[in-house]
Amino acid sequence: MLTQEEINAIDHEVKLLPHKKAAVIEALKIVQKERGWVSDASISEVAEYLDMSPAEVDSVATFYNLIFRKQVGRHVILLCDSISCYVMKYQEIYVALQQKLQIQFGETTTDQRFTLLPNACLGCCDHAPALMIDDDLYTDVTIEQLDELLKKYS
Amino acid sequence: MERPLTQHIDLRRPAFTLKEYEQAGGYAALKKAVKELTPKEVQQVVQDSNLKGRGGAGFNTGLKWSFVPMGDEARHPKYLIANADEMEPGTFKDRLLLEGNPHQLIEGMIIAAYAIQADISYIFLRWAYKKAAHLIRKALAEAYEAGYLGENILGSGWGLQMHLHTGVGRYMCGEETALLNALEGKRATPRSKPPFPQVSGLFGKPTVVNNVETFCCIPHIVSNGAEWFKGLSKSEDGGTKIYGVSGKVKRPGAWELPMGITMRELLEEHAGGMANGYQLRGVLPGGASTDFLTTEHMDIKLDFKSVAAAGSRLGTGTMIVMDDATCPVGFVHNLQHFFAQESCGWCTPCREGLPWVEKILLSIEKGEGREEDLDILSLHTKMLGPGNTYCALATGAMEPLQSALKYFREDFERHIHEKSCPWNGHEHR
Repeated sequence: MLTQEEINAIDHEVKLLPHKKAAVIEALKIVQKERGWVSDASISEVAEYLDMSPAEVDSVATFYNLIFRKQVGRHVILLCDSISCYVMKYQEIYVALQQKLQIQFGETTTDQRFTLLPNACLGCCDHAPALMIDDDLYTDVTIEQLDELLKKYS
Repeated sequence: MERPLTQHIDLRRPAFTLKEYEQAGGYAALKKAVKELTPKEVQQVVQDSNLKGRGGAGFNTGLKWSFVPMGDEARHPKYLIANADEMEPGTFKDRLLLEGNPHQLIEGMIIAAYAIQADISYIFLRWAYKKAAHLIRKALAEAYEAGYLGENILGSGWGLQMHLHTGVGRYMCGEETALLNALEGKRATPRSKPPFPQVSGLFGKPTVVNNVETFCCIPHIVSNGAEWFKGLSKSEDGGTKIYGVSGKVKRPGAWELPMGITMRELLEEHAGGMANGYQLRGVLPGGASTDFLTTEHMDIKLDFKSVAAAGSRLGTGTMIVMDDATCPVGFVHNLQHFFAQESCGWCTPCREGLPWVEKILLSIEKGEGREEDLDILSLHTKMLGPGNTYCALATGAMEPLQSALKYFREDFERHIHEKSCPWNGHEHR
């Protein structure tokens, strides 16, 4: 069941658009914000509310890489793996993160604290390598910094 | 040297509030446009200024607007959209404008909306730009409060709504028609053209999509005129340009400079030259989907025509430098990994061809390449080339590959003959 808060937020988006279906990406964002990820049950709930089929909602949800269709940890690390970060050796940061967290790209730590994902160019190439943890951007990242940085997220 | 777009940008202090922006001359251009000029006159001055789209395609902005149906017969609502989905790898120029002075973008958009008599506008912002999202929300609220947005703007009888839309990832959203699909709540696949968005765009209505930097030029053109704007440039393309450099240079960064400065000036004077111990091997002049230029091109002008004449594209004007400690095969593999991953899957050559290219490059990089692989790669640069796909993603992907095969062929061959990467040490993904 969608919560009243979720319904209110979805209704607000629907009002700005010529038809209900157009709000589906916004609805998925709203649900993910509340629940952390988008489960099969969430897909069905959004579909019903917007008069769509679950398959249609899922086709949109699975297209966008920042709609999470698998459960993620409490914090999501997005490590930029695009070209400027490649030149500035993001690979070394990745190896260090693998060792510290004991996970690879696409995995979540056993304590559900972190999910590690690769991300396309974060748009701060003059300060590569770069990564984001949740909404926070970190640039000119060094291996030495990582412990301090991860400590901020419990 | 005039630098209109960044004159009020100083990232060490907060971006201008509406009041500060007005005190610095902001929103005067909007007042001039709405009170003294007709929509067609605004279109004309922008066309005369020879402002070319800063998203990478380099099409005359005023001309683009002129295809929008005008007058009583035109269908409404008309839409105006800022493409702030900056996701071209190696590109970070719009972030500077968005975080540095959001009111400049909003003013440029309102003037552009007036020029095409749009009713609703969107800023399509990529998910990762959190700081920009915060600043834009604040600036939009201020602009509504001041009466620059909403009903009956400045007593003109014309009104405009403006919304911020934040994305949920995918490079494809930066493609004009895919962006429209994303805004409609669909998968971001491209649309076949024609019809062009100016006639049938968002929700089937007349729509203009322009890049952030393009909009930021508009207030200055309206205030100072087409001739002034052309005079800023060292080439036939009007204005200044936000150029950027990333990679192993002494001072990576972004700078507003006259359109048409040379690659040498940009790399040596502004970026400070190569970092100690590194030599320059190649440059992608305008993002990941542009052909390599090399040391022989140092004195070409960085404008749309000159870079095209040298066999590449100005693109976004933010260049990625490849140094001699970086393996060209690994470099190009990284690019193709990106493009294969970001292909939307809508048309076959791109969906099937890019993963094949990526796999071949990886096998070469690992020392498992075969002589004939280079021919297969060359074939792909033609099969995925212009005219075979709905949008420019695959075509763009082939640009760095075809030029790498031309300029760095010996490096590819060495991998195959030596059965290992001469640079080694790189993690392969």
